[in-house]
Amino acid sequence: MATLEIRDLHVTVEADNATKEILKGVDLTVKQGETHAIMGPNGSGKSTLAYSLAGHPKYTITGGTVLLDGEDVLEMSVDERARAGLFLAMQYPVEVPGVSVSNFLRTSATAIRGEAPKLRTWVKEVKETMERLHMDPSFAERNVNEGFSGGEKKRHEILQLELLKPKVAILDETDSGLDVDALRIVSEGVNRVRETGEVGTLLITHYTRILRYIKPDHVHVFAGGRIVESGGPELADKLENEGYEAYVKGGASA
Amino acid sequence: MAEAQNSPTPDSSRAGGTPPVGSTTAGQIAVAAESTVATRMSVPPSFDVADFPVPHGREEEWRFTPLERLRGLHDGTAVANGAGVKVAVEAPEGVTVETVGRDDARIGKAGTPVDRVAAQAYSAFEQAGVVTVPKETVLTQPIRIAVHGEGGVAFGHQVIELGAFAEAVVVIDHTGDAVLAANVEYLLGDGAKLTVVSVQDWDAKAVHVAQHNALIGRDASFKSVVVTFGGDLVRLHPRVEYAGPGGEAELLGLYFTDSGQHQEHRLLVTHNTPHCKSNVVYKGALQGDAAHAVWIGDVLIEAKAEGTDTYEMNRNLVLTDGARVDSVPNLEIETGEIVGAGHASATGRFDDEQLFYLMARGIPEQDARRLVVRGFFAELVQQIGVADIEERLLAKIEEELEASVA
Repeated sequence: MATLEIRDLHVTVEADNATKEILKGVDLTVKQGETHAIMGPNGSGKSTLAYSLAGHPKYTITGGTVLLDGEDVLEMSVDERARAGLFLAMQYPVEVPGVSVSNFLRTSATAIRGEAPKLRTWVKEVKETMERLHMDPSFAERNVNEGFSGGEKKRHEILQLELLKPKVAILDETDSGLDVDALRIVSEGVNRVRETGEVGTLLITHYTRILRYIKPDHVHVFAGGRIVESGGPELADKLENEGYEAYVKGGASA
Repeated sequence: MAEAQNSPTPDSSRAGGTPPVGSTTAGQIAVAAESTVATRMSVPPSFDVADFPVPHGREEEWRFTPLERLRGLHDGTAVANGAGVKVAVEAPEGVTVETVGRDDARIGKAGTPVDRVAAQAYSAFEQAGVVTVPKETVLTQPIRIAVHGEGGVAFGHQVIELGAFAEAVVVIDHTGDAVLAANVEYLLGDGAKLTVVSVQDWDAKAVHVAQHNALIGRDASFKSVVVTFGGDLVRLHPRVEYAGPGGEAELLGLYFTDSGQHQEHRLLVTHNTPHCKSNVVYKGALQGDAAHAVWIGDVLIEAKAEGTDTYEMNRNLVLTDGARVDSVPNLEIETGEIVGAGHASATGRFDDEQLFYLMARGIPEQDARRLVVRGFFAELVQQIGVADIEERLLAKIEEELEASVA
């Protein structure tokens, strides 16, 4: 059973000629089949956690360990992490000029699976997955994220999630900027992947709204660069009613 | 026609309302100031080099070009030394291949030199190559003209003439090292179809400045593919005019500008005849310090050219820091009675965020770069329609990318 273990993770970033510590000792274990919601106010370091796990060069790991099934993730390059089974659905997916969605998906699937998917089954797989995400077939011929609306970008991220079948999926504010219809479609996609029982999900969000569609097993409150409280789904209800105020104050004095 | 290019057109309107912005991203990519076709030339066209003063570099038509790297082509100090280039023509049966003197009547019909280097080439060449495809002759094999630089200075002149309803593909291949200034003329008879692929695959030190003039007959179609990879400095001037209505021009270009290279493509399509079409697509990738690409795309629709349909596009992909693109599309329209007219220019960067995105989907770094560049050029390469050239281009693009990763 795949397990992602984050232990005492410290991360810094260079900003305005100064080194700033963003993550200040994160501990978290995500097992296959589990869904963890990480909730926190803006600037708490949630996205830094997501991008650090994926290996974005902007972030420097200054302490701690991240293991995926016992393998040292922090030693791996960005592409190696993806091939090891980590997936990051990005909050702001990047435009890639000159590369069509269909070419991108196939290249990516080939890299992740270690061999090129059989063309006939692949075309069918992509087509059906796109249909379920209410994506027009013409989408496949557009350049990656170029001119996509916010909702299209997020659906495209979830399309990749469904096709690449990672061991651990990190969803970085996938709900932000989505209207209710788009949120429902995207959530259904995430749930289809969760229902296989083969993925551990780390759902990073600012709002409780998405938790009506995607039910977490565990909820963690993230503030001041670390997890400050963990609980079950009831913790989300508490946040819904009370907001982050208590944690922000606590974080500031910490 | 020459008059039209030079007469001031202060009241010419601009289509689309969009300024000819050269780029869409910040950084090393410059946006050139607006100018008109008329002001693009400081001196009227002429066959005589003496009519052009030595450029100082601030003239509109020279301001992007590093004159000091022209090796004297612009100031008369470059002198042909007999060891310039070797030209070999391979032509299928039915084609006439000749070498003629300066007084041959077929020379100078397609257009007039518009800058000092073109006029220098015209004033200095001793013999011209003339390739003729007789009327109604349809070739199944390409004509191949190999221009190989032998390290010296040369002035060249080439005429390619197709009779009425003739069809031909011509590949002009530039390799080796040379300092070459040349004029190339394409004369298309009524209903003729000509595809010309000009490949600039020079060695690193070569300097190549050329003006290409196409004169397109009634209902004729002309496809020009310009491919520039090599050389220290390459400056080409593809120009099109129409001799009768119904003509079509498709001008495709592809360049891969490496560190230190200057590659400049200056196009002009003059719609001087009603009911003609033109479509211009140039795409370039740049990598490395001081890689500099310049693209000037001028389209002039004269008052009499009703029913014109034209579009021009330039796309650039900047792969590394330190490269520079100047892209200036410009459309001047003197009649409202047209089918369509448009232009677009965009310059994008392949940056660390794109690389991260692709790698985060399991794609190794080198494959990610290859994916982006191949994708960028693929559509254009497929339109060339000459199989061995397409394959060679794709291989060349791979080679360029290998060099960039190494």
